[in-house]
Amino acid sequence: MLFYRALLRLYPKSFRAEYGAEMMQDFTRGWRDASTAARAALLAQAGVDVAVNALGVHLDILKQDVGYAVRSLRRTPGFTVTAIVVAALGIGATTAAFSTADHVLLRPLPFAEPEHLVRLTENHASLGYPRIEPSPPNYQDWKRMQTSFVSIEAFNGSTSSLVGSGEPERIMGASVAGGVFAILGRQATIGRTLTEADIQDQTNHGVVISDRLWRTRFASDPNVLGRTLTLDDATMAIIGVMPPDFHFPYRGTDFWRALRFGSAPSNNSRGNNYLEVMARLNPGVTLDQAQSEMRTIADQIAQQFPKEQAGKSVNVQRYRDDVGPQSRLLIWAVVGAALCVLLIACTNLANLLWSRALARRTELAVRAAVGASLDRLVRQMLTDSLVLAGAGGILGVLLAVVAAPMVVRLVPTALPIAEAPPLDLRMLAVAAVVTLITGSAFGVLPALRVCRKTDGSALKDGARGGTSRGTERVRSALVIVEIVASVVLLVSAGLLVQALMKVQAIDPGFRSEQVLTLKTLLPRPKYSASVRRLQFYQQVLDDTRALPGVQSAAYVSFTPFTMRGGMWEVLTTTPDPGNVGGFAAPADVRRAALRMVTPDYFETIGIPVLQGRDVSAADTIDTPAVAVVSRSFAEQYYPGQDPLGRQFGYAFAVRTIVGVVGDVRFRGLERDNSEPQVYLAAAQHPEGQIGFYAPQDLVIRTSVPPAALMSAVRNVVRRADPQLPITSMRTLEEVVALETAPRVVQLRVLGAFAVVAFLLAAIGIHGLLAYTVRARSREIGVRIALGAKARDIVTMVMGRSAVMAVIGVTIGAVLAYAAGRSMQALLFGVDPANPAVFAAAIALALLMTLAGSLLPALRAVRVDPITATRAE
Amino acid sequence: MGNDARPDSLLPLPPAVFHILMALADEDRHGYAIIQEVLSRTSGEVRLSPGTLYRSIQRMLEDDVIVEINERPAPELDDERRRYYRITTFGRSVARAEANRLHELVRLARASGFHTRKA
Repeated sequence: MLFYRALLRLYPKSFRAEYGAEMMQDFTRGWRDASTAARAALLAQAGVDVAVNALGVHLDILKQDVGYAVRSLRRTPGFTVTAIVVAALGIGATTAAFSTADHVLLRPLPFAEPEHLVRLTENHASLGYPRIEPSPPNYQDWKRMQTSFVSIEAFNGSTSSLVGSGEPERIMGASVAGGVFAILGRQATIGRTLTEADIQDQTNHGVVISDRLWRTRFASDPNVLGRTLTLDDATMAIIGVMPPDFHFPYRGTDFWRALRFGSAPSNNSRGNNYLEVMARLNPGVTLDQAQSEMRTIADQIAQQFPKEQAGKSVNVQRYRDDVGPQSRLLIWAVVGAALCVLLIACTNLANLLWSRALARRTELAVRAAVGASLDRLVRQMLTDSLVLAGAGGILGVLLAVVAAPMVVRLVPTALPIAEAPPLDLRMLAVAAVVTLITGSAFGVLPALRVCRKTDGSALKDGARGGTSRGTERVRSALVIVEIVASVVLLVSAGLLVQALMKVQAIDPGFRSEQVLTLKTLLPRPKYSASVRRLQFYQQVLDDTRALPGVQSAAYVSFTPFTMRGGMWEVLTTTPDPGNVGGFAAPADVRRAALRMVTPDYFETIGIPVLQGRDVSAADTIDTPAVAVVSRSFAEQYYPGQDPLGRQFGYAFAVRTIVGVVGDVRFRGLERDNSEPQVYLAAAQHPEGQIGFYAPQDLVIRTSVPPAALMSAVRNVVRRADPQLPITSMRTLEEVVALETAPRVVQLRVLGAFAVVAFLLAAIGIHGLLAYTVRARSREIGVRIALGAKARDIVTMVMGRSAVMAVIGVTIGAVLAYAAGRSMQALLFGVDPANPAVFAAAIALALLMTLAGSLLPALRAVRVDPITATRAE
Repeated sequence: MGNDARPDSLLPLPPAVFHILMALADEDRHGYAIIQEVLSRTSGEVRLSPGTLYRSIQRMLEDDVIVEINERPAPELDDERRRYYRITTFGRSVARAEANRLHELVRLARASGFHTRKA
């Protein structure tokens, strides 16, 4: 019997109260009449019967309640639309932020057993490079010596010109070692992937292409295998097509070809750090075990090559964790901001529902009087809020999808994942959970508080139109929460604005206005010969300078910010063929960034020549090799001396310093500018060496808007070589702006959240005060009748909002300081307690409170004492 | 709902509801009596479970096809804890409409050559 009584608890309370006793009685009678053998069956039957029917009764009620809710919400369209929009903003923001965080930080990578994939990097922390790409000899030694991994494999991203029919196109690709596809565990959709056998066979020119390339360049040809692809000057045969969600090693990679180490001396140098290396852990081997084995191996290599490898080690890191701490912090900051918006939206919703519930007290009291139980009424109100939250949830998902392009730009490009988080079950699940929480948690509170009083007194209470002190207090607290959250968001956004302004104010070391830049990638072997290259530079530069509106033009290896490395060792002048660079090393390690330039580069880009001269047309392959060095080079390597005329061994030649120029932040605006730089004359570039640095970037200073020259310059290059693709044509200002683009995106996202929060909080304050004024109109009427002045009434209404504002701003300021400290890494040295930001945010919050309470205050003044007192 | 609604609007009736209406056709009954009546009318073939019975009763009350009555039978037959239900005029119309619907269905079946077996 107890069993059946317990089962009955599955029914809603109201149903149980009505029919429970009779059902119990019926069951007891059946039990009495049944034989012992039949009783087991009876119990089983009863279990199924009650479970099925209880669910049915619940659904019946839900159906009724939803129908009732929809009908009653339709009668108050203003309220309904406001509530749905408020819910949608909160749910949309949270869904977008959580999906991005899930996509970037949590979701497994799209490879087989991704938790076993790791990245290996060299650790030169003693030299200031805690993570640096491994060199070919170290990679090969690791591969040979290790036992922790299924295998260690290298790859290297690159770009190539795709020539053939139509305009030449620059595409991104990767050279991969034979085991890369195997350890990733991904198959081609058509054909096959590259294997070790392809790498070993030097005559093999097989290439695997991306789904995108297959669709755009080969019109989804199912018989694409064996068709050829001309990349730069190499013709390759297609052996496979990868699936569309294969983004390795980066987004936008379109082809994969064999990685082979030629016999060039640079490939035997342990200082030639350019490979990317990954591995798959052997089953049962932990990350720590692998890390300690790799450290041992690094020590052994260091003992064998003490000069190059002393103090260097290896990092082993999960592939999933290959997200910079800044990106990680940023994404969590966005999630935090979204939660603030959700909190505001929810408190707003609670207040809206509360006002509605209070306004419906009479109706609820009537329903209670005709027999509706408390749980039935609470349930009805909960259904109301869930219906609203559900509609808001649907709208919110749409918002999240629309907002996604903005948020996904926060996704770092270095991860092998799609750009946008997909709209899939995970995203919808997040939205559903957020919606449920929004609807239930914040619907229950007003429902319980209002319904509990729904007895006989509520009829009179409702008529009197007053509100209880407790209710007012809770609702004021909700509004204070909104003010707190919006202050936190305003301050965070303000701190990011300050950081952005600080970064934008940095002098990059050159003048970016009125400069056009573009890249003409010179394919080898066509341009392997220096003579051929110099002819090309000469023709393009002469023709460009002849264009009206051009002040000067020059070629350089890389426009600043487009290549952030290129460090070479600065050596002595004593020849040492055994050492990379061709000379003996000095006692300390000296490095400098290498760039090759044609004459007039410094004038064109606006780098000041501080001492000596620029490289000139007189510096040729037949004259002694010259170098122009940066100020930091002179100060660090020739402190207190005149650098002009000094000589050093660098990149296979003895270089004589002929000039000193200003420092450039070539690694990026936010990086230190004291790294030494060396500029070599392009005309002194010997045949077959360091081809990577052969100038390919054209920079042009103009007296007219640079964009006006784009097509003329395009024609100049086409005349010199019609086959050459032109890429990255943009102004230098755009290149510099790209430096701050991630910050601008951060700011836009956080700023959007702050604006939404601000508006929602204003709506919340307005809603609460408007309600209070309406509810207290009789009291206000009496006061006016007794001689209260308009000023007194305004003070009464505004006084309340002022108290809430002061409390909210105070708590908000403290929390905002804490939030600012936790995101200090994003602030570029801006003090989290920046007074200007705090003053502005607090002023805005006060303004918002004022604006929110203005209308209710005016309405209070206009209360007509006669109508107000007579109304009831 | 209820009296404003047309009998057709409730069709087709769930079998349990139709059985309950038939059980109440000639006499007011309480829940357990309805179960017994259905059982005997169908020669033991249909046994309404308490769950189905009371859920149907709840709906039927809302639809006004039955009402709960305050009149009690003779005291010696009465069980105080029991509640008695009576079919309404509207309920009779609904039952009649359902019977017509089923009759029409059987006619169509016969016309299609599906003959019912002789009892």
